Amino acid sequence: MLEIKNLHAGVEGKIILHGIDLNIKQGEMHVIMGRNGSGKSTLSNVITGRNGYEVTAGDILYKGESILDWSPEDRALAGIFMSFQYPVVIPGVNNTYFLKAAVNSKRKYNGKKELDAASFLKLIKEKLTEMDMEAEYLQRAVNEGFSGGEKKRNEILQLLCLEPELSIMDETDSGLDIDALKIVAKGINNYHNEKRSFLVITHYQRFLKYVEPDIVHVLIGGKIVKSGGKELAIELEEKGYRWLEPA
Amino acid sequence: MPANTQPDIIDQKISEDYKYGFVTDIESETLPPGLDEDVVRFISTKKEEPQWLLDWRLKAYRHWLKMKEPVWAKVHYHDIDYQDIIYYSAPKKKELQSLDEVDPELLRTYDKLGIPLEEQKMLSGVAVDAVFDSVSVTTTFREELGKYGIIFCSFSEAAKNHSDLVKKYLGTVVPYTDNYFATLNSAVFSDGSFVYIPKGVRCPMELSTYFRINEAKTGQFERTLIIADEGSYVSYLEGCTAPMRDENQLHAAVVELVAHKDATIKYSTVQNWYPGHPKTGVGGIYNFVTKRGICLEENSRISWTQVETGSAITWKYPSCILKGDNSVGEFYSVALSNNHQQADTGTKMIHLGKNTRSTIISKGISAGHGQQAYRGQVKIMKGAENARNFSQCDSILIGDKCAAHTFPYIDVRNPTAQMEHEATTSNIGEDQLFYCNQRGLSTEDAISMIVNGFCKEVFNELPMEFAMEATKLLEVSLEGSVG
Repeated sequence: MLEIKNLHAGVEGKIILHGIDLNIKQGEMHVIMGRNGSGKSTLSNVITGRNGYEVTAGDILYKGESILDWSPEDRALAGIFMSFQYPVVIPGVNNTYFLKAAVNSKRKYNGKKELDAASFLKLIKEKLTEMDMEAEYLQRAVNEGFSGGEKKRNEILQLLCLEPELSIMDETDSGLDIDALKIVAKGINNYHNEKRSFLVITHYQRFLKYVEPDIVHVLIGGKIVKSGGKELAIELEEKGYRWLEPA
Repeated sequence: MPANTQPDIIDQKISEDYKYGFVTDIESETLPPGLDEDVVRFISTKKEEPQWLLDWRLKAYRHWLKMKEPVWAKVHYHDIDYQDIIYYSAPKKKELQSLDEVDPELLRTYDKLGIPLEEQKMLSGVAVDAVFDSVSVTTTFREELGKYGIIFCSFSEAAKNHSDLVKKYLGTVVPYTDNYFATLNSAVFSDGSFVYIPKGVRCPMELSTYFRINEAKTGQFERTLIIADEGSYVSYLEGCTAPMRDENQLHAAVVELVAHKDATIKYSTVQNWYPGHPKTGVGGIYNFVTKRGICLEENSRISWTQVETGSAITWKYPSCILKGDNSVGEFYSVALSNNHQQADTGTKMIHLGKNTRSTIISKGISAGHGQQAYRGQVKIMKGAENARNFSQCDSILIGDKCAAHTFPYIDVRNPTAQMEHEATTSNIGEDQLFYCNQRGLSTEDAISMIVNGFCKEVFNELPMEFAMEATKLLEVSLEGSVG
């Protein structure tokens, strides 16, 4: 699904990633753990093609094709979704309108008929129930006046509506209380299946209590220094990162 | 029926030998460029105006000669040569034979706005097929209004048929001495609209200049006068979302509104004149407009809503004089300057009566090399006990070559006044665009969505159909604003 080869990349002339290799197969859930400044967010921004991030060497293949020259929207339309660490506010644009435009943009790309207002409403109401969200949400502007937990839940709601094949969760767990964390994890778990892959980026091991990763990677100084199973996360929790740092 | 008799008058006029010695031909009747008293007299004669109106025009003209063009607005343009303007050209413009002769770029825009073919022809000056019988539309429409005693006609007709009404109100809100452009308009105004709503009548439909589209073109010096008598209501729509081309570069219109006791006037404008060449700004319209309404008696209300997307230069401050006690003035505005457009726009709220209230919501959008200034004045006079004003001026910038400026003027002479003023300027954030891109929306769609969200409070004030058109219009006007 996603193959990253010897990726060197950075932002504003500063190289942050120094040779990342990552291979996420269809249906797999990978977790990347690391401290602040290790390059976690740079990695997600580079995969999604954010402006200003530059790849200096290596390649990113999505379904076997290099996507380095693709625009952010083309990557999104092709099935790459990112749940933002800090979802932005778009004043005056209501959630229904925003999501409907996004869903229809994707349907159009996939050669499907665009949904009319009624069918869209039906779809979103189902997803709202799934995420334990109120219908009143639909009338509100995108992320405006949302609490931290509501913003993150909204990200998962968008994920459920857009049905991506590769979902990047950029610190989706940070800033959530335990109840919100459980709802978010439930949303992810219900959606995760043998066709849909996940890249979960996180600080904390606690999120891994609620999801089932296949592989855990540790990112230090822009390099993956160790990969392993879920037990690696537990080990990190006990020992911290220091034992993995180069001397 | 004036719509039917008009051609006869024209024929009659054309067959006359013109005593002032101006050029006359069969197809069109056009004065040579230039302005003097004879030109003013000629216009008035052509329109068969009463003597008092000619006298009024002449007073304005003589006053204008003593005035200087204002330079305080934050706009830049080449000097206008007032002797190089044609002040009378009527009634028939040269028509193109088919849409094939029209600029394809313009047609592309019409298509995007979803304008029907026949309307496209009218807008671009192509001869309209007999199928589209706008005369009968107009007739039916007028009959309906006639039942209520509502007068809605061209200004010229009103000057002839309702001379007393026109005389009573003309120049009472915008006197002929008001300002350079308004004074010029008073001397040479070509035509415009006249509306009178009788006592206690709620006008049953939105009055739109659209219904007058097939009557003689109003030209560059338009004059509008709307009177709402006691307890009446009217909603008036001016303009059109379709881009209008015009060979006249200078447009100096005047609009006067008069609201009597308990009356409400809602005036909505969508202005989309040709903004000039996108790269150079050449050829665009200068839109220098004076719009003012007076809430003459108690509990009256005037509400201006405008969506300004066109013209090379816009200079416009729809204002309210709140004379009657408890009267209300409102101003809702969206102004967009893209490419090389310049806009200096805003409002004035003059509080004279007790418990008068005013609301100003202004949304400015600058993109490309667009320059935009909000200029607003709130004046609370001595007798205006408990007057209240709320002003909110927001600007949004797209790109790094445009600019937004805010000039609020506040003058309070009564200590009981309550004033609130909020102003913000923001960029469309890279983070907002990326967020939308990441959800599969193109950058252009994202910008139009963000801008429409920004303008929502104003669009909510527009009549439903107009609001939808305005949304679409912003989308088209912003095209190419991101490199």
